[in-house]
Amino acid sequence: MVKKLSASLTDEELMRLKETARSIRRSIIEMLSEAGSGHPGGSLSATDILTVLYFHIMRHNPKNPRWENRDRFILSKGHAAPVLYSTLAECGYFQKSYLAELRKLGSFLKGHPLRDMDHGIEATTGSLGQGLSFGVGVALAGKIDRKKYHVYVLLGDGELDEGQVWEAAMSAAHYKCDNLTAIVDRNGLQIDGPTEEVMALEPLAMKWKAFGWRVTEVDGHDIPALVAALTKRKKKDTPHLILAHTIKGKGVSFMEGKVHFHGVAPTREEREQALAELDKKD
Amino acid sequence: MSDKMISPRDAYGAALKRLGAEHPDIVVLDADLAESTRSLKFKELFPERFFDVGIAEQNMIGIAAGLAASGKVAFASTFAVFATGRTYDQIRQLVARSKLNVKIVASHGGITVGEDGPSHQATEDIALMRSLPNMRVFVPGDAVETERMVETALKIDGPFYIRTSRVKFPVLFDENYRFEPGRGIVMREGKDITIIACGLMVSESLKAAEELKKEGISARVVNMSSIKPLDRELVVKCAQETGKILTVEEHTIIGGLGSAIAEVVAEEYPVP
Repeated sequence: MVKKLSASLTDEELMRLKETARSIRRSIIEMLSEAGSGHPGGSLSATDILTVLYFHIMRHNPKNPRWENRDRFILSKGHAAPVLYSTLAECGYFQKSYLAELRKLGSFLKGHPLRDMDHGIEATTGSLGQGLSFGVGVALAGKIDRKKYHVYVLLGDGELDEGQVWEAAMSAAHYKCDNLTAIVDRNGLQIDGPTEEVMALEPLAMKWKAFGWRVTEVDGHDIPALVAALTKRKKKDTPHLILAHTIKGKGVSFMEGKVHFHGVAPTREEREQALAELDKKD
Repeated sequence: MSDKMISPRDAYGAALKRLGAEHPDIVVLDADLAESTRSLKFKELFPERFFDVGIAEQNMIGIAAGLAASGKVAFASTFAVFATGRTYDQIRQLVARSKLNVKIVASHGGITVGEDGPSHQATEDIALMRSLPNMRVFVPGDAVETERMVETALKIDGPFYIRTSRVKFPVLFDENYRFEPGRGIVMREGKDITIIACGLMVSESLKAAEELKKEGISARVVNMSSIKPLDRELVVKCAQETGKILTVEEHTIIGGLGSAIAEVVAEEYPVP
């Protein structure tokens, strides 16, 4: 799985990534329906981002999860655990059959991630707002040790309400973490409603810029655009923020843009309908 | 008890300075109180491994956890009240549940920061840290023990909470002293009552025992610097042999040393 970073995709690569994303979305629906609870909306909105990271951008090795030069991915929006677990299983960190154990007693697939380096889960998250600080620490260690690895942190947009995110943003710029990329899954919805109604975030790109970050805005479901954003040449001493505009519940028509599916698992019927839709799409 | 007085925070600074040279994997973080916690001593010698995060304790714990997850031994320092209260959730998730190699060494424990007022007095920190999984909790009785605890924290992988103080303590131990997690130390023998103390209260209890002697009461004094893990055996032995136990600490009895001792006594050998 040690891949060479390339900024452009061949048609075949693009097709394969789309197919992988579709397979990950299927796993998300299946595991959530099996668990009977969990968070589909924010898992589906982040699927294309994780697909591109794990299958095209990051240098990592599922056979050696502790490889010290691996690029690191930290899921700060821990409630999207299903997309992380499905992606890790898709990569081969563990067998897909484990996905049926989501949220079950004794399973390593907790409702929200618990650090587990045997299975490629880098950070304990779920209490929102903490992953970026953790990522800054990992990035600083890389700098001290002069390692080449890169750190990716995925944040939810609602999560940006947490003050600690901005503490971390300040410190990443202060300590010149150019080996750190944060991605905001800007799906526009949080549990109580649209982010702009609950706690307005805009102008969001300006805020990150003011905190000393380079900002790239991108359609978070446009795979070639995500690849282009993630392969931009490093700007020296500057952390990179990718503001990925996404649709909550992306890929399943009745979940798209629906706050209801933030934290409600699909019923049996909904699962069948969702899987049929995913199978139909190009 | 010697006449020499050294503050545990100074011992912490000295230990960091000494150990930093031998251990390139040590990193130190502070939240704008490096001068007060004495982590500044490390910064002066190893600036590339020192991170001041500004007045942002939650971020400090997160960064410390990330550093620890990448092979570093991360010492994080600020005042005890901020190091535990403001950051409880960050410590719970990223350090304790994650079993990461973060050593929280907090200064200004207890009420001996009196002049700063209650906002700065840490009187619940031990209770908070003691309740966390995988967390070890130590309160040194003097400067020598503080240094030994820092050495121990370096040797043993996992989360530590070490509470130091601003004020100077009498030196109780000589340089040959060995600290062992989970071991209480009988500082003075006695048969009528056992006083179990931690921190500055150990030397105060020794003074009290001397006063009690004048009244014909023979008081045993125990330094219970390792609050978690706790020397259950010694607690039970004291209950059996002296029949009474008094706990003394710079902390609310709820969840502190007092609770820890009462839990053991209630479970194993109930005495007043």
